[in-house]
This record gives sequence, C-alpha cells and structure tokens, in this order.
Amino acid sequence: MIDNISWLAIYPEIVLLTMACVIALVDLGVHSARRTGTYVLTMLTLAVVAALQAMYASSGNTFYGFGNMVVSDAMGNWLKCFATVAMMVTLVYGRPYAADRDMMRGGEMFTLSMFALLGMFIMISGNNFLVIYLGLELLTLSSYALVALRRDNATATEAAMKYFVLGAMASGFLLYGLSMVYGATGSLDIGQVFKAVNSGQIKHQVLVFGLVFVVAGLAFKLGVVPFHMWIPDVYQGAPTAVTLMIGGAPKLAAFAITIRLLVDGLLPLAIDWQQMLAVLAIGSLLVGNLAAIAQTNLKRMLAYSTISQMGFVLLGLMSGVINGNVDATAVENAYSASMFYVITYVLTTLAAFGVILLLAREGFESEEISDFAGLNQRSPLYAGVMAVCLFSMAGIPPMVGFYAKLSVLQALVASGQGLYIAMAVFAVIMSLIGAFYYLRVVKVMYFDAPLTATNVSAPVDVRVVLTINGALVLGLGLLPGGLMALCADAVVRALAT
Amino acid sequence: MGLLSLAIWTPIAFGVLLLAIGRDEHARAVRWLALLGALLGFLVTLPLYDGFKLGTAAMQFVEKASWIERFNVHYHLGVDGISFWFVPLTAFITVIVVIASWEAITERVNQYMGAFLILSGLMIGVFSALDGILFYVFFEATLIPMYLIIGIWGGPNKIYAAFKFFLYTLLGSLLMLIALIYLYNQSGGSFDIAAWHQLPLSGRAQTLLFFAFFAAFAVKVPMWPVHTWLPDVHVEAPTGGSAVLAAIMLKLGAYGFLRFSMPIAPDAAREWAWLMIALSLIAVIYVGLVAMVQKDMKKLVAYSSVAHMGFVTLGFFIFNDLGVSGGLVQMIAHGFVSGAMFLSIGVLYDRVHSREIAAYGGVVNTMPNFTAFALLFAMANCGLPGTAGFVGEWMVILGATKANFWIGLASATALIFGAAYTLWMFKRVYLGPVANDHVKELTDINSREFLVMSLLAIAVLAMGLYPRPFTDVMDTSVAELLKHVALTKLN
Repeated sequence: MIDNISWLAIYPEIVLLTMACVIALVDLGVHSARRTGTYVLTMLTLAVVAALQAMYASSGNTFYGFGNMVVSDAMGNWLKCFATVAMMVTLVYGRPYAADRDMMRGGEMFTLSMFALLGMFIMISGNNFLVIYLGLELLTLSSYALVALRRDNATATEAAMKYFVLGAMASGFLLYGLSMVYGATGSLDIGQVFKAVNSGQIKHQVLVFGLVFVVAGLAFKLGVVPFHMWIPDVYQGAPTAVTLMIGGAPKLAAFAITIRLLVDGLLPLAIDWQQMLAVLAIGSLLVGNLAAIAQTNLKRMLAYSTISQMGFVLLGLMSGVINGNVDATAVENAYSASMFYVITYVLTTLAAFGVILLLAREGFESEEISDFAGLNQRSPLYAGVMAVCLFSMAGIPPMVGFYAKLSVLQALVASGQGLYIAMAVFAVIMSLIGAFYYLRVVKVMYFDAPLTATNVSAPVDVRVVLTINGALVLGLGLLPGGLMALCADAVVRALAT
Repeated sequence: MGLLSLAIWTPIAFGVLLLAIGRDEHARAVRWLALLGALLGFLVTLPLYDGFKLGTAAMQFVEKASWIERFNVHYHLGVDGISFWFVPLTAFITVIVVIASWEAITERVNQYMGAFLILSGLMIGVFSALDGILFYVFFEATLIPMYLIIGIWGGPNKIYAAFKFFLYTLLGSLLMLIALIYLYNQSGGSFDIAAWHQLPLSGRAQTLLFFAFFAAFAVKVPMWPVHTWLPDVHVEAPTGGSAVLAAIMLKLGAYGFLRFSMPIAPDAAREWAWLMIALSLIAVIYVGLVAMVQKDMKKLVAYSSVAHMGFVTLGFFIFNDLGVSGGLVQMIAHGFVSGAMFLSIGVLYDRVHSREIAAYGGVVNTMPNFTAFALLFAMANCGLPGTAGFVGEWMVILGATKANFWIGLASATALIFGAAYTLWMFKRVYLGPVANDHVKELTDINSREFLVMSLLAIAVLAMGLYPRPFTDVMDTSVAELLKHVALTKLN
C-alpha cells in the first residue's frame, strides 16, 4: 500500500534524482572548462536538498513510507543533511583540482557525485535490508566510476580496480549475511527482524552466522581492521578530490547503516556483535596508529588515521548494551557519542583534504608530507587551518576532535565494566601514539623551511569555504554543546520507535 | 563579563587579532599592539586584588554558565586563596616576556607575540577553572602554543625538544582525562570540582585516582624521575619560552596537586605522602647536585627549577600550614626568580649567542649594571633572606622540621647546594678578568632591558621584604584545605 505520506518521506530524494538527471542533460550545453554552469546548478540543488533535510530533521518527526521500506527520522535526516553539505564542500574544494587534471571533459563528476549522494540517502533512510543494499550499491558503483575518472592515469585506474574488487566482495559479504538473517527470521523489514530475533524463537547459531557476515561487510565499508586493506591504496591512488568524496560523506552513511542493521535490527544480539566490534576496534586503533607513523605520503597517512578514527567510532558503538541490559542512558550515551564522532570526523577530514587540494597545482600533487614544508611561511592561514585539523584529529582541546573522543571515552567508562575501562585506557594510549604523527605534519609545516616560494592562491569560493570549515573545527570545539545535544536528541528519537 | 573572564579573554583576543592581521613588514606596530594586549591583560587582574575578601576559603569572583549541557559541563570560574596570586603573576610575566622579546625576535613577530598572549590567557584559565573539563581544556590547550614557540623559535635541537615536551606532558594528562571521566560517573554526572571534593570514594579508587592525577601533575611540575624533559626543553626554547615555562607552566602541575589530588583523594594522598616526600627530597638534593656539574647555563637553571619545585611538592605533602603555604609562596617566588634567571641568560645569549658557562668570564667588567641585577637574582635563587626565594624555602623547611626533624634537615641541605651551584655559576660567568674578545665587546643593557630587569628586581625584593600580602591571601584557604584533607572520605 502506498499512502500519501510515503512520497513526503522521500521528497528530498526525488528532488535530488530529478535534478541529477536534469543536470546531466543541461551539462551537454555547458562548454566552459571548469563547468561553471553545471557547478552552480549542482550547488543550488544540493543547497535546496540540504535545507529540505534540515527542515525535516528539525521537525523531529519519525514516519515510514512505502510499506515500511524507508524511514524518515531525526537521525537519518540530520545525517543526510550533513552528507549533503559535505558533498557540497567536497565539490567546492575539488573543482579546481579536477579541472586541472582533465577530469571535467564532461560533467560526469557532478552527476556521479549526486548519484553517490542519492545512494547515501537511500542507505541512511532504508528500513529494509534490500533497500539498504540497493543504496549501498548505488553509492559504491558511483564511487568506482569516480575513482576511475582520471582514466589515463595508471595509479587512479589501479586504485579503481582494487576498490571495485574489494568493494564487490564486501557487498557480497553483507548480502550473504543479510540473506542468512532473512532466512532465519523470514523478513527483510528491520522492524520485523527485530521482533523475530527478540522473540527468542530463532536458532541463535544461524543468526550469529549471518551476523558475522553482516559485521564483516560493515567493517569493510567503514574500513576497520582487518578489512581495511583497500583504504590506504584507494585513498592514495584516487585523485585527491575523489578521495575526499569517498572518505568524507560516505562515512556518515556507513555509520547510519551500522545503526540501522546492528541496533535497529539486531539489538538482541548486541552481546555477540559488541564482542566483534571490540576486536575490530582494538585492531583498528593498533594498526591504524602504528602504520600511520611510517607513512611519508600524507594521503596514505590520513588513510591510516581514518582507520584508527573509525576504531574510536566502534568503541562508542560497543558500549550501548551492558551485560545484556538495554539501558536508555547507556544507549543514548554510546550511539550519540559515535554519531558525534563521525560528524566531527567528516568535518575535520573535509578541511584537511581541502588544504591538500588547495596546494595541488597543475602537474603537482602535493600529497607528500614534505610538500607541506614551511607552509606557515607561505600561507599562515592555510597552515593554521591544517594545524587545527591535525590537532583536532589528535584529540587536543579546544578542537572539536577532543570532545568526540571525550564522549566516546565517557560512554566506555560509564559502563562501569573493568574491561571497558581498560579499553578506554588502551584507546587513550593509542591516541598518544596518534599525536606523534599528527604533530609531525605540524612540525613540517611550522618548523621546516619552505622548499618552494610558490604563492598559494585559491579561488574565492575555496578560500571562503575552507576558512569557515577550519573555523568550525575550532568553533565547535569552543561550543560543542549544540551539536552534542543534536546528536543525543536524534539518537533518542530514532531509537524510540 | 566577570573579571576572571576578562583576565582570560583579553590576552587571547589580542593574540588572535595579532595572528589575523600582523605582518612582519610592520613588526613595530605588532610589538606595540602585543604590549598593549599584555598590559591590558595585566591591568584587568588588578581589581581582583582590590576585591578579594580575606578570611574566607570560599571561591570568589565566581562565574557560572552552562557550557555543554549534555555532559553537565559548566563555564565555571573562580579563585580562592590558593589560586588567586597566579592570575596576576601570569599576566605580569607575560608583560615582561613581551618586552624582553622586543628585539630578539625578528621573524614572524605576530605569531610569536600572539602565541604568548594566547598562552597567557589559557594559563589564567587553568588557575581559575572550577569545572573538570574546563580545567582540562585549558590545561591541554597550553601545549599547542608552547609547542609552536619551542619548535619555531627554538635552538638547534628544537624539534626534539618540542616533541618531547608535547608527548611527555600529553601522556600524563590523558590518564588524568580518564580520572576526570571516572569522577564524573561516580559523582552522578557532575564535573564540578567542588562536588568531587565532597565525594566519598573507596580506598582503591582513591589510589588509582591519585596516581592518574600524579601522572599528569608530576610530569608537569616536574618531579624526579619524570623531570628529564625539562632540561632538554629549556635549553632549546627561546628565552621567552623558557621564562614562561619555568615561571608559570610548571606551577600548573603543582597547583593541580592542591586542587585535585589532595582534596579529591585525601586518604590516598596521606597514604602515599611518604612517596611524594621521598621523590621531592631526591629532587631537592640529587637534582641540586646534578645542577652543580652543568656546563650550560640554561641547563643549570633548569635543574635548579626542578630542585626548587621539589621544595614545593615537599611542602604540600607534609600536610601542615607552614608547609603548604610555604610551597605556595615558593611557587610565586620561583615564578619571579626563575623568570628573571632565564631572562638574564637571554640578555647574554642575545649578545654572544652561547649558553656555555665557559664562553663567559668577567662580564662584570663590561656590563656592570646588568651584573648587579644578575647578582640579585642569583642571591634570590639561593634563598638569601630579604629576597623572594628565602620566604618560601624557609617556611617549607620550618614546616618539614615540625613534621619530622630528619626531613627538615635533609631539605635544609638544599640551601647549601643551591648557593653552591648558583654562586659558582655567577663567579665563573660574571666575575674575574675578561675571558675573551666576545666578553670584551659586550655592551651593557639598554633601557628596555633595564626596565625588564628592574621590574623583576622590584618584585623579588618586595616579596622578600614584605610577604604578608601573599600569605594573608592564602592562610584561610590553606587552613580549610588541610582541614578537609585530614578527614577521611572512605565509605
């Protein structure tokens, strides 16, 4: 049955889909090298979509559409809103870079990124295994094409191949796991699955067997150890603008499906998946931080840093259910901490890659750490933005990254479990190691002499957005209360039903 | 906006302004603007003294506003007798450092001055924060400007020093963060430090908390054996950085013991006092001996700082009025004296570009005015009566003797070592015939340096001759603290 309200539930998606098609057509008539017409139109569309999502989100209502296939709730709408903004920022940073590298012979970059965004939307609002899977495929297929957009570049093509093969395998894992759960519970609907699992009538072994594959698939998408191998290669190999497209907004969607599948759907199995997440988290913190130390390529270093950051997100997720007791406060603490972490992570990553993109010129990638030598002398503003981001990733107050780590640690310690407190201490020691390699980049920017005196120049839109982005990383650190409250509220509302 | 907020945010606002608009082309304007910021920052702390009420241990000038509602974190400021003096002291040292770095820094002046002004505001924030997270944010944030100051304007081995400084202190404070979160959960969701003071805790929890705080504060003080970062960092840091580090930053750690360790975990503090006293005595005696064999002036003063801070922690952990007040007085006095010592070395370094004691000799012949100041500061450093250095050490020794004769005796030997290494250095650098051509070409201090030196000299003498304003402010709060620490919190 399709009722009235269901169209409303996916209204922003409809706008996005229509406009993506329209823009693909309009682009045929655009001839400027930087695709200004397409760019402006894309930006306007995304701005409208973001505004729509914000409106939905601030109303705080939860409603279902298409026979419970999709859900529109505060958490999903906020994540979609932030994903849209992140995509806009990515396009602002990426456009000059792409134009210099022959990636804009057509307007595919804009169309593909809009489809990728649509995929994220569907993942985030999916309330059904198949819908989530379809959204995931739409996102990843667009991403494969985006990575290969520089088709005459060997590393980019290699990265695209790697991404495709491993990504397809991950999707396979996820699908296999979902089909196991479907077989056991007889439903694809997340709400029904929850009821079925909660009834305790279903054989535990079958469920856990499926769960293992689901978690493995999610771990691939989040990029946590031991399913992290693609992250460094793809981050490094992809054109930087596309790296940001993969490493930024999609993390929000990956977080959302993790919540939908594991929490909304399989919460009664929390004891099982929390153990898995614990192993993944410890591995990610360890491998991510240690491997990052050895990197000389900044994109690769940030890739490993992402792995360790995702480890922190998982730490947050695993403290929601303690000893099998579902406690409202613990749930709120844990999942809102993770959500806050992901959002601030995306915010920080955007600015850090923004600076890398800004320093890249025609024929020069600026992705080695040594390329940043003496940036402070060449441009104090951009060095400042980068430094703020790095300190934020290292979790040094007053940057926003500190509060993200604080909320996750708080959720862990609040559980009162000795094991969890030990994990908090472990995470803290790992962030000390993390601080070392972030500081090393700060050192290169501030203490070393510049290798080139080339002026750093940027188009006005990049400069303005990057400055605001950097200021937000610091500003949200000075006043983190609003965003924290937003996350807590969104999580409470999303899980209330 | 309250007075404390003004004291915190005035220098930070000026610092940010300098970072935003300052250019090396108009370095002169940048310096004057920095001085204006530092002076204003100092001036807004003066009404604090006027309005401070004696005879109460309550927090004064309290400001409280909700900051992060989700975690019940408040923007909660206030000072009592324990923290009061550090607010004007910090602002004062910042003014001194801005003037002292006037000519020494020629590159990226706006960033240098901006970093010091921001640092000043952050440190005042540490001393006046009454909320655990607010304290932690200020405490950690101070690392960033200091890291940059050492790394950009430091000596040849600056990068090693900057990393050592940052990572060493970060390790300690991360453990403290876990302790703060633990307390938050134990107290039913409050980051209010005063509430934590009243919170009953089991013996095991207290011990763990005590050592978590110990990790953060002992590194910062620094206490033996985690003091090794300090000499390396001091040697490489620019003069202004060394001065602020020794004068204020080390005090953040000692202050932490009084605000967190002792009142929150009093039973553990009493149980482990023997360890703290032992470590302090080792710092006082052994590090004092280490200072004696140094060839580098900055290293010598750095080790002397460790020894002097040993007095501070010793005073705290003998748990009597004289000891704790003496420790506090010693903290303030050491702020003036160590700052002055490092700035004196800076005066010589600016001219000769060497910190080796052997590179000097007979400076008195060419720089008589400067030598007079240097002599005063050297005397203060070894605790000559009438100077600031005497009051605190004397009180601590008296307190220690009251508690245990042998501890008193051991700590008193420090006066001998202190005099030995300070005066021996003074003799080798300043006295005797002119040692080489460099010394021969020295010019005496100019009026700017004279101003810096005399401001510090006045402070050192005033505090030595009339310490009443300092001790009066502290008395009630210290007595209250000791009363609180004497009670058990075990449940």
